[in-house]
Amino acid sequence: MSVNERNDGALFEAEGLLKSFPGVRAVDDVSFAIAEGEIHALLGENGAGKSTLVKMIYGVLRPDEGVMRMRGAAFAPSSPGKARAAGVGMVFQHFSLFEALTVAENVALGMNDAPRTRVLNQRIKEVSEAYGLPLDPNRIVGDLSVGERQRIEIVRSLLQNPKLLIMDEPTSVLTPQEVETLFGTLRKLAAEGVSILYISHKLDEIRSLCSRATILRGGKLSGDCDPRQETARSLAEMMIGRSLADPKPADWRPGEKRLSVEDLSVRSADPFGVHLKNIKFDLHAGDILGVGGVAGNGQEELLNVLSGETRTAPGAIRLNDRMIGAVGPDARRAYGLCAAPEERLGHAAAPDMSLTENAVLTARRRAGLARSGFVRYGAAANFARAIVERFGVKTAGVGHAAKSLSGGNLQKFVVGREIIQKPDVFIVSQPTWGVDAGAAEVIRDAIRDLARGGAAVVVISQDLDELMEISTLFSVISEGSLSFPVPTGSVTIEQIGVMMGAGGSGSEVEFHV
Amino acid sequence: MFEIAPRKEPSRLMVWLTPALAVGLTLLAGMALFAALGKDPVETIRVIFVQPFLDPFSRTELLVKGAPLVLIAIGLAIGFRAGVWNIGAEGQFVIGAIAGGGVALAFYDTSGFWLLPLMTLAGALGGAAWAMIPAFLKIKFNANEILVSLMLVYVAIFWLSALVSGPLRDPDGFNFPESRIFHDSATLPIIIDGSRAHIGVLVALGAVVAAYVLMERHIFGYQVKLFGQAPRAASFGGFSRNMLIAACLGLSGALAGVAGTFEAAGPVGQLVPALPVGYGFTAIIVAFLGRLHPIGILFSGSVMALTYIGGEAAQIAMNLPAAAINVFQGMLLFFLLGMDLLVNYRVGWKQRAA
Repeated sequence: MSVNERNDGALFEAEGLLKSFPGVRAVDDVSFAIAEGEIHALLGENGAGKSTLVKMIYGVLRPDEGVMRMRGAAFAPSSPGKARAAGVGMVFQHFSLFEALTVAENVALGMNDAPRTRVLNQRIKEVSEAYGLPLDPNRIVGDLSVGERQRIEIVRSLLQNPKLLIMDEPTSVLTPQEVETLFGTLRKLAAEGVSILYISHKLDEIRSLCSRATILRGGKLSGDCDPRQETARSLAEMMIGRSLADPKPADWRPGEKRLSVEDLSVRSADPFGVHLKNIKFDLHAGDILGVGGVAGNGQEELLNVLSGETRTAPGAIRLNDRMIGAVGPDARRAYGLCAAPEERLGHAAAPDMSLTENAVLTARRRAGLARSGFVRYGAAANFARAIVERFGVKTAGVGHAAKSLSGGNLQKFVVGREIIQKPDVFIVSQPTWGVDAGAAEVIRDAIRDLARGGAAVVVISQDLDELMEISTLFSVISEGSLSFPVPTGSVTIEQIGVMMGAGGSGSEVEFHV
Repeated sequence: MFEIAPRKEPSRLMVWLTPALAVGLTLLAGMALFAALGKDPVETIRVIFVQPFLDPFSRTELLVKGAPLVLIAIGLAIGFRAGVWNIGAEGQFVIGAIAGGGVALAFYDTSGFWLLPLMTLAGALGGAAWAMIPAFLKIKFNANEILVSLMLVYVAIFWLSALVSGPLRDPDGFNFPESRIFHDSATLPIIIDGSRAHIGVLVALGAVVAAYVLMERHIFGYQVKLFGQAPRAASFGGFSRNMLIAACLGLSGALAGVAGTFEAAGPVGQLVPALPVGYGFTAIIVAFLGRLHPIGILFSGSVMALTYIGGEAAQIAMNLPAAAINVFQGMLLFFLLGMDLLVNYRVGWKQRAA
């Protein structure tokens, strides 16, 4: 396949890019081209090489072999600054913003040569209005929603007049309405001749937005198509190279009461945190409660108070009719409640510790990995191996550090570590965030199996499609209040989107059941 | 502009090689220092590093100096791995000596096999209690344990002076600020005839083994590493930060206290104001030089003991000022930390983005 024949006059071309890391060839002979004004999708499983590829374009990494060209001229950025100067902008999945600074100050920090404050404020207003990204330059970032924070990153990139804008999973944190706004902006940019490289797992989005897709598998180019001509299913199959099983509908038959939360209010110690207000719900065996909502509305606080990291009044949380509000995570696990927080590295797992040691972190009690004060490292290694096997974690061995795993594989490990302990109640945040379609299905199946086996599960997620797919009950968290859970089938995605954006009045929004 | 960027995976070999390289660089810089003082650099190094091995008494003195260093450094290293920075081991050493020596003086002229164990226990409790002050203030008010424990060193030293000038003063001592000399059953047994090498050497070796097992196999060692690396993961795992702070400070305080008791009941034989000679501070260097690992500390403690004995020999033979030896010991930590930076980070020129 020759790149040059197909894309004459392309804005950006890559030919034979290759990048190796010790033990793995992350990007292996990848060639593709992006035309001017094209919205080009980059698809692939975790560890398929998307991040490595994008980092090379943005000057974070340098390719071992191969060449890149911008408008036919050689392009080999040695730093992100050089890439920006050559007209490449990037909006990262995880924002790099200072919460205590204003919008304008944050924008200035990310620019190669920032203009004076007054000029900058004016330009931020111009750009944000021109592209439908309302943004007040003088607001403190800590007060902004995730969608607004993303606008800062986009505006920062646009101020430097990029020819190629790279967007890494931009919609993973947005409400459906915010997604529409973002798409409008991207289409407008494309119409003005800006090329966009769009990385996402959401196949429907790619099909509605992108006119060309490059698909990676195991570091190699595995496909190249017009996504509008494909179905989400055929794209996913190209990405993972095998046929997907249809999701099984949950066999929902509520059993005995597992978890009961009443009058749960927690003041956050963090100045930018969210206070939980009067949370109340009951879960029975077999229930899967999906908690939707825009990031930063109390999800982390809710997980912490349920997992036991934050203590509260004893009676506010009951597990199998036992008051557990005042006891810590270790005791809660012993009683049958396991949790998997959203942040994998540093919270759910210790980055520098091996998978074996990380197994001991939460499973030492239920899996008997410690006896009379001594850690049974042999048993822990076997336990870690069982997780790796059952959940298909790709690793060179359980003796390797957690941080050596790709994000999706670590996610499989930390979620698998809790599920395999067969808890009565399982609390999980963002179970499939950053995980590819195949692995996401494995995790969702395991969650459904757990519920079918008599557990109650709370899934906190920003991915509404996922919540719709696996949960039996649904509620929305907004500014620390949780709406009363309703059966999942009774609300539409559009209604939920309105609730999520409602802000503060989430619990008062009426459902039309 | 300089840029310091973390290396992806620091070489395992280099991590263990750096202490040796640091010792080498210290030798070179030390030679320059001695030359600048007008001494023959090669001869000075020979006196410090070779002479102690030539004389049988000096050889056993290495054990006398090494034992407290290793004992204290073992405790400090456990805390350091957890991110609990006890800098006041010198003070806990002194309080341990007062507590253990106090027991010895209280039972003056009583003989019994139980006396030494009782003194050791009192020393451990004394040191641990002194370390509980920074632990309590850190847990309760988030006070920095580095400052609190360091300042308490000077308080402890004044306590020692006050006690040996007052209640614990030898009634037949011509008003010298010293306690009575401990009687035989309150003095540590000697393990090598004709030397001052006492049973504390064996205790230090036992502590090395116990610390190794604790760190590598016990859930406490797991907790220590976890808190040092990922405090939020430790809290998610259900471990208590406050318990860990108290345990780390208590343990290192107890070991320093035992070392203090042994110093008073061993080579010194009484309580004197000059009892603290800096073991508690030097042990910080020993802990880092030994990579915070019990076995490594055994080696680094030996090297450091050598600089003490050799340093004394150099003061006598070469007429070197005592401060020069302190500088020499300090350089060791300086070079070690410097080398560590180079192993873990890459230093290069960063071009200013245009």
